[in-house]
Amino acid sequence: MIEFLRRHWYWFLLAVGVIAPLLAPNDYVVGVLARICLYSMLALGLNIVVGFAGLLDIGYVAFFGIGSYVYAFLASPHFGLHLPFVPVMIIVTMAAAISGILIGAPTLRLHGDYLAIVTLGFGEITYLCLVNLDRPINITGGPSGLIRIDPPQFFGYVIDRNIEYYYMFLVTLGFLLFASIRLRDSRIGWAWRAIREDELAAASMGVNTTVSKLQAFALGATFAGFAGGLLASWQHSVFPDNFLFQESINVLAMVILGGMGSVLGVILGATIIVALPEVFRDLSVYRLLAFGALMMVVMIVRPQGLLPEGFATVRKKVAEPPTANPNT
Amino acid sequence: MADLLSILPQQLVFGLALGTVYGLIALGYTMVYGVLLMINFAHGEVFMIGAYIGWAVLAFLLNHAVGGLHPIWVLPVLLLPAMLMCGLLGMTIERFAYRPLYLRGGSRLAPLISAFGASIFLQNAVMLTQGARMKVYMTNTLFPRTWRFDIFGVNISVLVVVMVSVSLLLTWGLIQLVQKTTLGRSIRAVSEDREMASVMGVNVGQVIGLTFFLGSALGGAAGVLVGLYYTQIDFVMGYSAGLKAFTAAVLGGIGNIKGAMVGGLLLGLIESVAVTFINPAFKDVVAFAVLILVLMFRPEGIFGEALSDRKKV
Repeated sequence: MIEFLRRHWYWFLLAVGVIAPLLAPNDYVVGVLARICLYSMLALGLNIVVGFAGLLDIGYVAFFGIGSYVYAFLASPHFGLHLPFVPVMIIVTMAAAISGILIGAPTLRLHGDYLAIVTLGFGEITYLCLVNLDRPINITGGPSGLIRIDPPQFFGYVIDRNIEYYYMFLVTLGFLLFASIRLRDSRIGWAWRAIREDELAAASMGVNTTVSKLQAFALGATFAGFAGGLLASWQHSVFPDNFLFQESINVLAMVILGGMGSVLGVILGATIIVALPEVFRDLSVYRLLAFGALMMVVMIVRPQGLLPEGFATVRKKVAEPPTANPNT
Repeated sequence: MADLLSILPQQLVFGLALGTVYGLIALGYTMVYGVLLMINFAHGEVFMIGAYIGWAVLAFLLNHAVGGLHPIWVLPVLLLPAMLMCGLLGMTIERFAYRPLYLRGGSRLAPLISAFGASIFLQNAVMLTQGARMKVYMTNTLFPRTWRFDIFGVNISVLVVVMVSVSLLLTWGLIQLVQKTTLGRSIRAVSEDREMASVMGVNVGQVIGLTFFLGSALGGAAGVLVGLYYTQIDFVMGYSAGLKAFTAAVLGGIGNIKGAMVGGLLLGLIESVAVTFINPAFKDVVAFAVLILVLMFRPEGIFGEALSDRKKV
């Protein structure tokens, strides 16, 4: 049974995802499920940067914010633009990828702690810009954010119920999950893990570390930007406080709790971290206290996470590493 | 422009006062980085707790003291318990959150994440026990507003002079301790090469613990000074102060004690210039931009030597 689940978890997960909202007692729970999907996308994206490539990014939520705000710029009365949903999402994704490269490029020489601090600095600068760029020209709407953002619309059909958002997010999540697995098993994925284990060795084996790291940053940012666009369309509003440092740590905690580098693990991590505070709502004041303690305990007791990398694979065996290509 | 230039000296004085405090906090980052090569992210929270301890002691004195409070004896009475308790807190954090991780070896990410956990835990512990609202330091009872003097038209309060001198005095004391005593020699030996030091008979675990004690004690003192200066403290104050202090430590060259103080001063002055000439709302943006530029172009900082490969992560 366990072996069966390990091999076919992808379909199992999809089935759970499809059935879950039908069993939900009320609309609020459907909203929580939708949030789980949204944060799973973020966690999958950060997993590429931190889990696969080993680049500790603690300002990740900046890309989430950029995605949200770009969506808001293009589909709200703020600039009077009301572009259709699909083109907006394409632009959002591209903007996030570009910002990922722009932030990634200057940090290529840095490692470990220093990289973490620089990404933190970028995250803070992004947040401060969102808060303060309402004067002299009103770009971001300042602390009060942007409101009355257009909902998603497909061929004239406007999505407005939570359950519709949920299924839209689920389809997106399924796609990003598939993309994550394919990336992991591809040449790029092997290059990332080689860099994570030993950058010098990877470089001397012919991995182009510069390009690989930029790919990790760009793809991670793409996932976050996409999720950000979806968030803006769902909330119909965006505020700078959606993108506080605390959120970056939340997403990081999902990745770590689930197991860095483990695609299934980070989804479990996202589910736990979004759902737990809802379950223990009465104890919500102790939530962050327990959360901090949990981070320490997990690092001490089970640093590899709940479902560590290599626990579940799509095929029985992990794909063979591709043979070396003399051109790279 | 002439207006801006005329307020600059005044802003520089504020920058100087804050800068020395940044430096004081930065010493904690720098010492821990020296021995363990890790960023003690919970250090900002230690600083915040120091501010709360100072606040509690001051409130107690105001309620119970019969005679007038004079800073000459009250200031040490505020600083010593804050330093002692923060020092012990730092040792506790090291013992529970970091030691199991660095003893096991392995990933350098694990201690950093554990440090985030400790930081979130401490912040919320303070919020739950002390409430989320600000606490107000009764600074006026210690340093009345009238205690100030003019030099070339720049208004300097006695409190600023006290802050700068206490910070510099503590830094001087730390430098003496590290350079002249046996403990200091052990600390330097451990930061040079932990294994070798242990072979030569240094009790490495104890030295690391004491390093945390010293750094955290200085952080606690900084908390009291900042509390007196800003008069308002809250449970999230450690986050941005910690980040600024870390910037200062990197600016001066992480691992370098004098560098931390110089970096702190420099950062304080840069910020005050930014406040004067650019929008004050972008003060923090300037500080972070400085951090990023230093890390990108001169990661070893002003005084740092090029880090050996072992230390480069």
